Amino acid sequence: MSRVLASIGSAVLALCREIGGMVLLLGYTVALALLGRFDRREFVRSLYKMGVVSVPIVAMTALFTGGTMVIQSGIFVQRYQAYGLLGWGTVYAVLREVGPILIGLMFSGRVGANNAADLGTMVVTDQVDGLRALSIQPIPFLIVPRVLAMVAAMFCLLILGDAVAIVGGMAFGKLLLGVDFASFWASCADAIKLWDLTVGLIKGCVFALLIAITSAHYGLQVQGGAVGVGRAVNDAVVAAALLIMISDDLLTMVLR
Amino acid sequence: MVVLSEVRKLHLDPTKPWVLDGISLRIKEGETCGLCGPGASGKSLLLKIICGLVFPESGHVEVRGTDLLRASAAARRKVQSEMGYLFQNNALFDSATVFENIAFPLRQRARLARTNVDEHEIRERVEETLRGVELLPHAQKMPSQLSGGQRKRVALARAVVARPPLLLYDEPSAGLDPVTTARIYDLLAREKAHTGATTLIVSSDLAALRAFAPRVLMLYDGKLCYDGPQEDMEQSDNAVVRQFARGDIEGPL
Repeated sequence: MSRVLASIGSAVLALCREIGGMVLLLGYTVALALLGRFDRREFVRSLYKMGVVSVPIVAMTALFTGGTMVIQSGIFVQRYQAYGLLGWGTVYAVLREVGPILIGLMFSGRVGANNAADLGTMVVTDQVDGLRALSIQPIPFLIVPRVLAMVAAMFCLLILGDAVAIVGGMAFGKLLLGVDFASFWASCADAIKLWDLTVGLIKGCVFALLIAITSAHYGLQVQGGAVGVGRAVNDAVVAAALLIMISDDLLTMVLR
Repeated sequence: MVVLSEVRKLHLDPTKPWVLDGISLRIKEGETCGLCGPGASGKSLLLKIICGLVFPESGHVEVRGTDLLRASAAARRKVQSEMGYLFQNNALFDSATVFENIAFPLRQRARLARTNVDEHEIRERVEETLRGVELLPHAQKMPSQLSGGQRKRVALARAVVARPPLLLYDEPSAGLDPVTTARIYDLLAREKAHTGATTLIVSSDLAALRAFAPRVLMLYDGKLCYDGPQEDMEQSDNAVVRQFARGDIEGPL
């Protein structure tokens, strides 16, 4: 019995340690970002590495996301002959929910994992200590620029992804259901509001912040060489996915 | 000057004994010391404590007149900017070229002094240092494109480029062949002759240390078990020191 209690206790303590570490890192990062104390060159470099290089994979994901929405809703659209709702349904879901979540998960798998691996490798090869030995603080130099770059990159990628997903939805609607572009567009132009896009963008930025903080936290906590780096990447991706889902529920309730 | 007094550092695993248990030592300005000991005896950790990268649980660490454990972050950064540190696995920045790696301390020093970075001066100094370690043709390469010995020389160049008055070398010849080891120690000796910097060098290679460090310290079981000339180690009263110096298989180690 005491062993069970001890294992529950240590699991709770470990969870508190992780959450506490992430909250502290988030607070410190936001404070430094607001004070403008971060390395600009690293920000630009990260923006390219995380944003520009992610464009093809995000565009590909978004294209098929639009298609998936049309395929899923196609059954009901055909059953009830509601062709006029196809555009609205697809675009509404893409902008508010499916776009931010799927692009967020893709972003986490590509950029978040890469960030955790990169930071973890820097820790195990003493590069982070190397910075500190040169009296350079790792958080303003390494973490804040990457967090800002991830949020900025996600914002831009989401706008691009939304546009590509809508194009994908139009193309699949035409190919599979015979809905022409004009009626697809007309149905969403009537019902979709700027707020729908804004909600998606807010969600995307929050997801990016969570991905950035989890990946930085697990990357900086690495111990035990290459095995530790692999474990950190795994933990970062799982934690980010979980946080994306939880925060999505909260944001959906708040941003109606 | 480096002064350590009763420095104690816990093991990460609390069931294990102290990694460093009451280390006291004094290194004078301009002195060269070797620090040796069996694996996992806390040599690198001691170097990191002197550099202010790790804080001991108790004791006193004074480097160049600054109490590192009680100093403000700014004061600690100032002391760190007066040190050159060669890490055991080089710690070269993967995403920067050889040139940028070596220019890093110079840029950082200018940043700390709030002066403008003179790119011309930085280029001259980096090229001069690269010439010293015979790597000028590799300036635009990435660290991953270099051999182990070349990476070590780049790390050495980065440690000395700002001509710091205190140099900390952690296993400068680990994993290198005898010829490259001799070259590295030759570079260290030339740097020492050129700048006269206070130098603490961690190495298990006593033969290589012999010509470089007149005074040797030995760590064992968290304690400083030897402090004296290297040639006297084999005649030490301490069986651990004797065995380590002679490289005997039989003994307490």
